[in-house]
Amino acid sequence: MWEAYRRRILRQRLLIGGTQLLILAAILLLWEMAADRYWVNPMLTSRPSDVWATLLRLGASGSLQRHLLTTLWETLAGFGAGMGLGLGVAAALWWWPALARVMDPYLVVLNALPKIALGPIFYIWLGDRWSVYGMAIAISIIVTIVMLHSGFGEVEPNQIMVMRTFGASRWQILRKVVLPASLPTLMAALKVNIGLTLVGVIVGEFLSARAGLGYLIIYGGQVFQMELVMTSVVILAAISAVLYLGVTWLERLVARLLHLPMRS
Amino acid sequence: MADPRIALEQVSLHYLSPQGETQALQDVSLAVQPGEFLAIVGPSGSGKSTILSLVAGILQPTSGRVLVDGHPVTGPSRRVGYMLQRDYLFEWRTVRENGLIGPEVQGLDLAAARRRVDQLLEQTGLASFADAYPDQLSGGMRQRAALVRTLAIDPDILLLDEPFSALDFQTRLTLADEIHAILKQSGKTAVLVTHDLSEAIALSDRVIVLSRRPGRIKSVHAIPFDGGQRPTPFEARDRPEYGTYFQRIWQELDVQGR
Repeated sequence: MWEAYRRRILRQRLLIGGTQLLILAAILLLWEMAADRYWVNPMLTSRPSDVWATLLRLGASGSLQRHLLTTLWETLAGFGAGMGLGLGVAAALWWWPALARVMDPYLVVLNALPKIALGPIFYIWLGDRWSVYGMAIAISIIVTIVMLHSGFGEVEPNQIMVMRTFGASRWQILRKVVLPASLPTLMAALKVNIGLTLVGVIVGEFLSARAGLGYLIIYGGQVFQMELVMTSVVILAAISAVLYLGVTWLERLVARLLHLPMRS
Repeated sequence: MADPRIALEQVSLHYLSPQGETQALQDVSLAVQPGEFLAIVGPSGSGKSTILSLVAGILQPTSGRVLVDGHPVTGPSRRVGYMLQRDYLFEWRTVRENGLIGPEVQGLDLAAARRRVDQLLEQTGLASFADAYPDQLSGGMRQRAALVRTLAIDPDILLLDEPFSALDFQTRLTLADEIHAILKQSGKTAVLVTHDLSEAIALSDRVIVLSRRPGRIKSVHAIPFDGGQRPTPFEARDRPEYGTYFQRIWQELDVQGR
């Protein structure tokens, strides 16, 4: 009985995976054929074989690694800084509730503002290199602050009461109750932010950079090399998938180590 | 005579809120002797829990004095343990780690606290769940773990704020017996707040009835049992005196609000 059930589950999984691969293969094939037979203009669409060739060429010259690592580093640094600063500010808002009330309208406006609009300002203030980081942090920090601060506010008041009956200091309450109780929120913020930071970095590179995948995309567009644009987009898709999986894995690890409820 | 363990002298308390001022307690005076088990009953909103918060040092009286061993209460103290209506265990800590939170906060010797917590877990039948997480425990076991957490700082005074109200009847009876035994054995002083009169009579040496808001002391009832030796809470419910006390205090409770 159970064996048959297990086989059925396994077969279903294989079927789904196979279909997913098949769709990918069909898209690539159709793309290649459409360009080959001039159903579309290959100048405009490029084609998978050209993308592959470009990938190999960029890899051989070492420029693939350079651009990829630049974008990756900017994303991870911006992500870390955005999360760290956001966590710090959220903790400060929890510590001084009056400050939180004063800051509330500013946070609402900043949260609603499309941070991408700040790009030129960062470029002028920070220069071509640092404006990318500025963009990456700006896009993730406000949502981090808002998410974490509201998460801190949802901690069961009576768990804090338990601490107060023991005479706990505010710092002890923050460290031993508010932060651990908010870890699921922190993990949710990580997930949101890894994608947002990547957006910030690419936009930042569009505006100013001399390296990175965003730069490569803009450059490819300007010199009308669609295979370069398409290749960069493919690499970018791979990076974002890897980063997202990394955060998901981290979330599982933390949840298991600290025995936290998982948020689906 | 020595100082009572707990004393309230002419205590009044006003709460302030945007809606206005509410008086929770009015001229409450009472004294609890060392080792005594006092129960406070009264209609909801009579300020029962407020009295516990005052003794715990979480609230300060608007007027009057709150004393523990003759000293005014200025804030939370190691001498006082406070058990809430529900367990509010930290779900990211094991049962043992939950028990250690008080000693951690108060900077006590953690090795000694650990031995004490393990001994309390043994006493409450939770020894085999020391490394389990709260979500693996039943309601009664969770409340036992909360009791262990409260007793881990070895307080002289235990404040119980309807600690059985979230439990089913059977668990309530057994847990009441256990808490009573642990407290009597260690000679601790206890103040129980409850709206369950039968529980108050079964557990305590004295029952205080509070009036509707603002809470004032309406009457005080000693609960002696024949033969001097105090029966366990479970046995107490079968004693002939029990019904008499129940009838007498029930009249005072003013349940219909007349």
